[in-house]
Amino acid sequence: MARKEMRTPIESGCPDGFQYMHPVMIKNFGQWKYHEHPKPGVLRHVAHSGDEIWTVKAGTQRILDVFSLRKLCEIGDKYADGHVRFTIRSNIEYMIKDEAKVQPLIDALEEAGFVVGGTANSVAMISHTQGWLHCDIPGTDASGVVKAMMDELIEDFKNCRMPNRVHITTSCCQINCGGQGDIAINVQHTKPPKINHDLVANVCERPSVVARCPVAAIRPAQVNGKPTLEVDEKKCICCGACYPPCPPMQINDPEHTKLAVWVGGNHSNARSKPSFQKLVAAGIPNNPPRWPEATAVVKQILKSYEQDAKDWERVNDWIDRIGWPRFFELTGLPFTKYHIDNWRGSRKSLNASTYIRL
Amino acid sequence: MTKKMHDTPMLDELEKGPWPSFISGIKRLRDQHDDERINGLANDLLGQLEHSYETRKGYWKGGTVSVYGYGGGIIPRFSEVAKQFPESKEFHTLRVQPPAGNFYTTDMLRQLADSWEKWGSGLVTFHGQTGNIMFIGATTENTQHFFDEINDYGWDLGGAGPCVRTAMSCVGSARCEQSCANEHKIHRSLVNNFTDDVHRPALPYKFKFKVSGCPNDCVNSIERADFAVIGTWRDEIKVDQAEVKSFIENKGRQYVIDNVITRCPTNCMSLRDDDSLEIDDRNCVKCMHCLNVMVKALSPGDDHGVTVLLGGKRTLKIGDLMGTVIVPFMKLDTEEDYERLVELAEETIDFWAENGLEHERCGEMIERIGLVNFLEGIGVEVDPNMVLHPRESSYVRMDGWDEEAEKWFQRKVEEKAAAAG
Ligand code: HEM
Ligand code: SF4
Ligand code: SF4
Ligand code: SF4
Ligand code: SF4
Repeated sequence: MARKEMRTPIESGCPDGFQYMHPVMIKNFGQWKYHEHPKPGVLRHVAHSGDEIWTVKAGTQRILDVFSLRKLCEIGDKYADGHVRFTIRSNIEYMIKDEAKVQPLIDALEEAGFVVGGTANSVAMISHTQGWLHCDIPGTDASGVVKAMMDELIEDFKNCRMPNRVHITTSCCQINCGGQGDIAINVQHTKPPKINHDLVANVCERPSVVARCPVAAIRPAQVNGKPTLEVDEKKCICCGACYPPCPPMQINDPEHTKLAVWVGGNHSNARSKPSFQKLVAAGIPNNPPRWPEATAVVKQILKSYEQDAKDWERVNDWIDRIGWPRFFELTGLPFTKYHIDNWRGSRKSLNASTYIRL
Repeated sequence: MTKKMHDTPMLDELEKGPWPSFISGIKRLRDQHDDERINGLANDLLGQLEHSYETRKGYWKGGTVSVYGYGGGIIPRFSEVAKQFPESKEFHTLRVQPPAGNFYTTDMLRQLADSWEKWGSGLVTFHGQTGNIMFIGATTENTQHFFDEINDYGWDLGGAGPCVRTAMSCVGSARCEQSCANEHKIHRSLVNNFTDDVHRPALPYKFKFKVSGCPNDCVNSIERADFAVIGTWRDEIKVDQAEVKSFIENKGRQYVIDNVITRCPTNCMSLRDDDSLEIDDRNCVKCMHCLNVMVKALSPGDDHGVTVLLGGKRTLKIGDLMGTVIVPFMKLDTEEDYERLVELAEETIDFWAENGLEHERCGEMIERIGLVNFLEGIGVEVDPNMVLHPRESSYVRMDGWDEEAEKWFQRKVEEKAAAAG
């Protein structure tokens, strides 16, 4: 490339959102009084001034091609007011001033194949990570798992039949991007990394790989006279943390990389303090292109929750009330030695009382 | 198109079913886009992805790519199977910072789409889990061109690597009756104070700001941010007793008892015989539950402020951590208040930059050195709101007790004087 003058970046940082916000929202900023939920996918917010704004929420494929993005824009111009936002679960929200536009907007979105819903007591869009499409360490795909699952859960996205909202998340490695969820489907490796010794010397900074291991299972070694690393397989917890800094530590395996399901992660402070998700099922095959086994487990949990939880109980609230033995009974999932934690602080997770539901 | 299209029998399975299909979207780019570069790229991308599906393995590796003047913001992706799939062999992701609250106009989205199909793959996500707009798939050279173009009309890269990352905030004051803060201003005051640390990774590891307008914490800040700012209030919940009565008429008294009164975590609510609601606000922990259920009848008080928690993160390395309360309550009314918040962030990042180990998140450092050492490092006094309960272990040396007790009484005197003055 001809070396022309390089352009100095403008370090403008995070842009001001007010320039894109709907005028009714600017006018009533901080002055909202209450909201109603007339039907799934639709919210009506009313301000102290008496103004109101309608929101229509729709799920998309998240990995948007420019055709789909333009389609969403075209619908926004024709049927809404040209102001949109995205939720943290990658749904698009159209804000409109005039109630009369709500139904035509819904019709246009559905006509174009988008899915209106995701509000209140629905199963929200599954939040997902990158996967095989564009990450360098994934054990599975992300967009594909989510597409296949949402196909099956779509009626619960479009309706609000759950006791409270359900947030599902996925993660395509064991340690990184995936968040806490009412239900989380995460990669779980079951074998230590296989080391490609020929490559370690060239590509890996050995001390930082050694430092990355949570259980100090990695030590420097020599193989065929070349510096490399070795893993104490008795210590290794198969987490894959050594793989990002050292790709020759092959943790991903077509057979032994599995999926695990966790439940009860809840970010909100409502009713109880935020909670982390807990392991409930593992050994689920990583089975592209549609991962039917993982979806089956998720549906089983959702069914028990829908039938047994009380109004307003999130999955964690529900289990707090009924107890873990009943959870395993209702869902039919096995309770194993792997459910008992042995990581630091785990003593706090043991039952030191006679509180037992007999 | 003259070139052969890859067969994608497995991916084709993901075109079935009612949810919108990203595979169909990539195929549209392959078959219908009028730029041959994009057709070819989409074709090879599908080929590589199909190969991943068949072998259950990923084929991207990292590398180093950045734009002129910055050290981060790009996630480099080079294909390990470029021989078979040459046209998508460089497939970098640009992380671009969205506006606080994720607002756009359709005009702006179209302008971004125009730039992106000029230089990139035509695939984009609003937004990744880190909060960025992710423009997925550009060559090393076009990464620079695309950035130059959108940077000219107001967009900047987010963080990647050991640096301050793109922040996130909820919709908040723009459309939510529960909001007790100006999330947008907090978000931008914080992250835009650290633009240099966003663009030039030089910290022990990543550092994330997230802002929620109330304790519902819609952006998961306690669980996912090193620095969580959450709106709250310290006066009384506003009760509209007429709305309480109409709620009871609608839903029934038992519903209110079962779903509001008995669900309060501190049992500070009671339903009087005349169907009016009584709240012992002194013991309300601002959990939000009753306000979520009775949206019209109950609203947060008017004396707004924020709670700050530090140290949340996901699994790597020592396990998941939630943030810990560092500031139980602070007002955010004046410019000086905002400056105090930014200073707290600066103190935190400075101390962590100095004392954190390589690849150690702020919360992990706090765990390693203990909360008290951290507080002393950033000049914040201890407060009983920071703990669930005082220590249970007697294994501690306490010969500084008298001075510490004196400090506490001194502070109480000062607080009283400040409140009076
Ligand atoms: C190999 C290097 C890595 C790359 C290229 C990478 C890339 C990314 C990307 C692109 C996202 C957004 C994902 C999406 O929503 O699609 C993300 C999110 C995230 N990553 Fe990474 N990641 C890497 C390593 C890590 C590591 C080692 C950790 C943890 C210690 C980590 C923790 C996270 C977390 C927690 C999120 C979600 C953040 C949030 O909630 O804001 N990542 N990462
Ligand atoms: S969860 Fe892991 S594998 Fe998946 S995108 Fe994040 S870093 Fe990559
Ligand atoms: S997989 Fe995890 S536990 Fe095993 S060697 Fe690698 S970092 Fe250590
Ligand atoms: S965190 Fe609170 S203020 Fe923000 S959107 Fe959620 S409920 Fe509203
Ligand atoms: S906000 Fe929570 S703690 Fe406060 S009164 Fe309502 S239910 Fe009780």
